[in-house]
Amino acid sequence: MKKVIMGNHAISYGATLSRVQVIAAYPITPQTQVVELLSEIVADQKLKAEFIKVESEHSAMAACIGASSAGARAFTATSAQGLALMHELLHWAAGARLPIVMADINRAMAPPWTIWTDQNDSLSQRDTGWMQFYCQSNQEVLDSVIMAYKVAEKVLMPVMIVLDAFSLSHTYETVDVPDQALVDKYLPPLDYKYRLDVNDPHTYGGLTTPDWYMEFRIKMHEAMDQALVEIKKDAAEFEKVFGRRYDPVEPYMVDDADIVLVTSGTAASTARFAVDQMRKKGKKVGNLRMRLLRPFPFADVREHLKNAKKVVVIDRDISYGYHGIWAQEVKSALYGHSKVPVFNYIAGLGGRDIFPETIMNIVADVKKMKRPEQDLYWVEVKK
Amino acid sequence: MVEIRFHGRGGQGTVIASKILADAVSKEDKYVQAFPQFGVERRGAPVFAFIRIDDQPIYNRSKIIAPDHIIVVDPSLIDAIDVTEGLKKGAKILINSARKPKDFKYLGKKFQIFTVDATEIALKYKLGSKAAPIVNTAILGAVPRIFDFVQLESIVTSVREGVPVNPDDNAAAAREAYESVKGV
Repeated sequence: MKKVIMGNHAISYGATLSRVQVIAAYPITPQTQVVELLSEIVADQKLKAEFIKVESEHSAMAACIGASSAGARAFTATSAQGLALMHELLHWAAGARLPIVMADINRAMAPPWTIWTDQNDSLSQRDTGWMQFYCQSNQEVLDSVIMAYKVAEKVLMPVMIVLDAFSLSHTYETVDVPDQALVDKYLPPLDYKYRLDVNDPHTYGGLTTPDWYMEFRIKMHEAMDQALVEIKKDAAEFEKVFGRRYDPVEPYMVDDADIVLVTSGTAASTARFAVDQMRKKGKKVGNLRMRLLRPFPFADVREHLKNAKKVVVIDRDISYGYHGIWAQEVKSALYGHSKVPVFNYIAGLGGRDIFPETIMNIVADVKKMKRPEQDLYWVEVKK
Repeated sequence: MVEIRFHGRGGQGTVIASKILADAVSKEDKYVQAFPQFGVERRGAPVFAFIRIDDQPIYNRSKIIAPDHIIVVDPSLIDAIDVTEGLKKGAKILINSARKPKDFKYLGKKFQIFTVDATEIALKYKLGSKAAPIVNTAILGAVPRIFDFVQLESIVTSVREGVPVNPDDNAAAAREAYESVKGV
């Protein structure tokens, strides 16, 4: 059924259709309407789930870990400082191999205090062992929640669905809300093999000596590699059932492009619009949208950037004292495989808008240079 | 592509109006995006909402700074802020007012002005309170009268589905507004 809904509610519908069994959430700022709607759905008994209000995001993730360990399908949502407060337990959820799914609405980190979007909150959780899916439309947000449980439960690693504050979270657009029967067919109930069971007691996560610790880590890394295989396979399966396809990366007019932009989130959507405008003027520009941060789709990135004469990574984030985080990932993927120069532009931090003109100005700037003359360029900033 | 900016004050249902309009447009199988001014809202303070409508998928997700048209839900804003900021030449301006369109000619020769007394209609149907009538559903009824991207019946259906209470009165208010637009 087609419905006009905001991004926050697209998450709520995705979680409801996934028949989550436990929702644990901190209900105050920086929380969003995601769990507000979910609490109503649970109260109206339209979803058979336990809704646990907790006193912090740290506790929200702890409750999800408990629920997931007991074999329940667990869900939470947060933003910015709330995600940072979960940090310790993000490692725990991944290390314990729990298929938890969480939505993170990308809000910039404080101080100074802010509620607007950038990606530093989620990107700074890069190495916690969570998969991260970056979305560009409310449809993708809803679909991604359902897909996330599928892959998480297959490889036993958690997934974070990531979307921009306001430009998706508070933007209304038409979303095809799939039938419950279709979702049930695609996503069977969770049967977690290692669930806590009082009749068959086990201890998990106990003290592990140097003799064995590394082997646990190898297993996690292999699970992430397997996740990439599963995500690619699932793209076809999801398309068969729902008629929509989501690959690890989304190339747009890259094959004959001299300049290829690398973008993520809603900036990727606007970049696609900008590419159309530039193509009308005969400029050979393309866009590669990154959907996955982890597992990182190395081979796809190399493949789609192989014909580019210049690569331009637009980061809505910054690693202070280094450069943009996506640029770092892309350069690492290309190193030893390609000599293409990689330009890095930092734009749109703290919710500063990224207009099509912003992107066209970046391309005009890159055209003037043979190679990057600086490690990074700040876009549209006050002198 | 049509881009419209709504002007209202916090508490009048301006953002909801943009959402209901998006819903009506979506019913006609067009692509649509509706969003508020990104930030914090306070009761009584000026608020903005935006809508993009197209026959093609909409990829541009940046703010609208040069709208094609504007809808002024609260006419007191006209003296408080520049409602025509960035407005394109040939734009239609729909104002909630009992006055005639020619009374607003001073907004600029390059715009077409329409008025509808949405406040009076909202009061008649007891939408909201006497002190703070909810005018959003009435003003939406005027939209299909002056724009061709949506039909009255879609608006009425979306109003019925989109209001928390009194769907019949809200739908009737929309219909009455449709009939009473000045300037057409």
